[in-house]
Amino acid sequence: MSFLSYLINGISLGSVYAIIALGYTMVYGIAKMLNFAHGDVIMVGGYAALTMMLNLNMNPFVAILVAIVVCTVLGICIETIAYRPLLGAASPLAVLITAIGVSYFLQNVVLLIFGSNPKSFQSAVTFGDLQLAGGGLVISDEAIVTIVSCVVIMVGLTLFISKTKAGQAMQAVSEDKGAARLMGINVNGTIALTFAIGSGLAAVAGILLLSSYPSLTPYTGSMPGIKAFVAAVFGGIGSIPGAFIGGILLGVIEILGRAYISSQLADAIVFAVLIIVLLVKPTGLLGKAVQEKV
Amino acid sequence: MKKLLSLSLAAVLAVSATACGNSGSNNADAGDSDASAAGTEAGTEAESTESTGTESEGTESASADGGAFKIGAIGPMTGAASAYGTAVMNAAQIAVDEINAAGGVNGYQIEFNPQDDEHDQEKSVNAYNTLKDWGMQLLLGTVTSAPCIAVEAEASADNMFLLTPSGSAVDCISGENAFRVCFADPDQGTASAQYIGENGLAEKVAVIYDSSDVYSSGIYETFVTEAANQPFEIVASEAFTADSKTDFSVQLQKAKDSGADLVFLPFYYNEAALVFTQAAGMNFAPKWFGVDGMDGILSGVEGFDASLAEGVMLLTPFSADAEDELTKNFVAKYGELHNGEIPNQFAADAYDGIYIIKAALEQAGCTPDMSASDICDALKTAMTEITVDGLTGSGMTWSADGEPSKSPKAVVIEGGVYVGM
Repeated sequence: MSFLSYLINGISLGSVYAIIALGYTMVYGIAKMLNFAHGDVIMVGGYAALTMMLNLNMNPFVAILVAIVVCTVLGICIETIAYRPLLGAASPLAVLITAIGVSYFLQNVVLLIFGSNPKSFQSAVTFGDLQLAGGGLVISDEAIVTIVSCVVIMVGLTLFISKTKAGQAMQAVSEDKGAARLMGINVNGTIALTFAIGSGLAAVAGILLLSSYPSLTPYTGSMPGIKAFVAAVFGGIGSIPGAFIGGILLGVIEILGRAYISSQLADAIVFAVLIIVLLVKPTGLLGKAVQEKV
Repeated sequence: MKKLLSLSLAAVLAVSATACGNSGSNNADAGDSDASAAGTEAGTEAESTESTGTESEGTESASADGGAFKIGAIGPMTGAASAYGTAVMNAAQIAVDEINAAGGVNGYQIEFNPQDDEHDQEKSVNAYNTLKDWGMQLLLGTVTSAPCIAVEAEASADNMFLLTPSGSAVDCISGENAFRVCFADPDQGTASAQYIGENGLAEKVAVIYDSSDVYSSGIYETFVTEAANQPFEIVASEAFTADSKTDFSVQLQKAKDSGADLVFLPFYYNEAALVFTQAAGMNFAPKWFGVDGMDGILSGVEGFDASLAEGVMLLTPFSADAEDELTKNFVAKYGELHNGEIPNQFAADAYDGIYIIKAALEQAGCTPDMSASDICDALKTAMTEITVDGLTGSGMTWSADGEPSKSPKAVVIEGGVYVGM
């Protein structure tokens, strides 16, 4: 029974990783850059939702919508101001370091505004826990909502990319930027759209994460952000189903590792798995090997 | 592609290393405050002159006939650990005012100068130097462990008498010049185990602790050692680290499965708030037992539902509802001066600290014209000879290594306040 409970917790944690990993993987797939500030966008989303709920007494659902809008706008701003001028730079290092800079910038701005005291986040989901087997197995309402949201987002995003014009433009840009531009696709607009979607999803992930683990500090986003990046690489960076599978597996490995191997080594196990997967399959589980054009 | 991936992995390493750095220091002691808003220095400067202003009128006359004892104090008055520092400074000020009103120490008044260190080692040492320039003869502080260790290194070299009200790490009082009012970390573990055992609180005990924090793992180790002599059994000991201190579901599930009827939580209230929330979500309601880091659970976390902390027991040397005259007077006076706030154990430690300094100065017959180093030498002996009845224990005595000898009280949270057990 406790195995089931661990498994469900793992899938729920993994779902959050998966939603965050989507942001990494889409941006990498299309702009070929790693947005290390992604984890901190999650944190900003958390603070936005919390401020709406606590200080402005908004309905949680309205607060979530506002948080999504805030993060979407933030994502577009980061892309336009910090990344776009550097995307053409000779070294991919420039944009990578900028991303780390943006990450610290966000953390410190939030630190200045809200202080470093942890804030307790009121769960946005309150329809009650699911009791199975006479109370022996409790599935929290947060876990259910998290898993369901993850699946819905995944299906929705896959449909969006394969069926809509904007989605097909994304695929084209990811395949070949130059050719896409020649075909009349607005490359910069498509990249901005990718950031917008990724950051909006980050807000959702942040709220789900904080509903389960209600402690919000300016550093809340950094560890889940890194784990989600691992999940994206694990599943094959650039691949959307890969992010999903990578995220879920990572969450399950982390929780089961902590339960059955060692509670101190949980993080070490997660990163060890990453190393092993990359040794065996350098492109990740679902990644495609692309020939480097010399 | 490969180049990019290796580059990114290197970057991940860099980011995770710095992220660990952040959370690590966050966790260092009493919840950190590396980054308090700039400009607080100036603010506290103004504050301290203001607060010392009250007795400067009284001390003017005293200084004319031979001066006053200059006691400095250092602690976090801003930032995440500010709850501790503010309590210490407020309470010490009350004790100083009482002593001055009653005629002072050996007939001399006390001048008190509190300084802010934001729970940061570097700022703490700076505050120490500021106080030395001011002419400090005795130091009450510092309040939190990590800065205290740094300041003690300086104070020990200067042979400056140091009495920390609440620095509980072993190294806080490494020199001969240093003493403390509170229990040392290892003692808390032993005392907790003894208390649980002697009062038959549980047969099966689970422990959850932070293996990346010296405070938490120090208490855990001595708890386990002492538990071997006690009539209860440790059925689960689960760790977490600074990098994974949000998800306690596994640790709680294991504690639940092990059939524990009491869970010992030797860490700070920030994480404890999460533990209580998650345990409530999984219908796990054992007895909870905390240590002094739990002090703050009722008001320290913004938005935390304090009703979840009902029934939590913690070992603290001080409970504000005790019936003795001393405690009643102190609580009443503290509340009167600070909007009806109920003082925590840090306040009590500081109040006692000032009276301990007074007792030691009187025992040694010190006068304010002695140098800081001479006072320190005199107090090294005097501290081992005095017996002090205070808020945090009666008949407190000190050994030459600076450790106090007193017995802790256990309190339980009922109806949102601490109640003695």
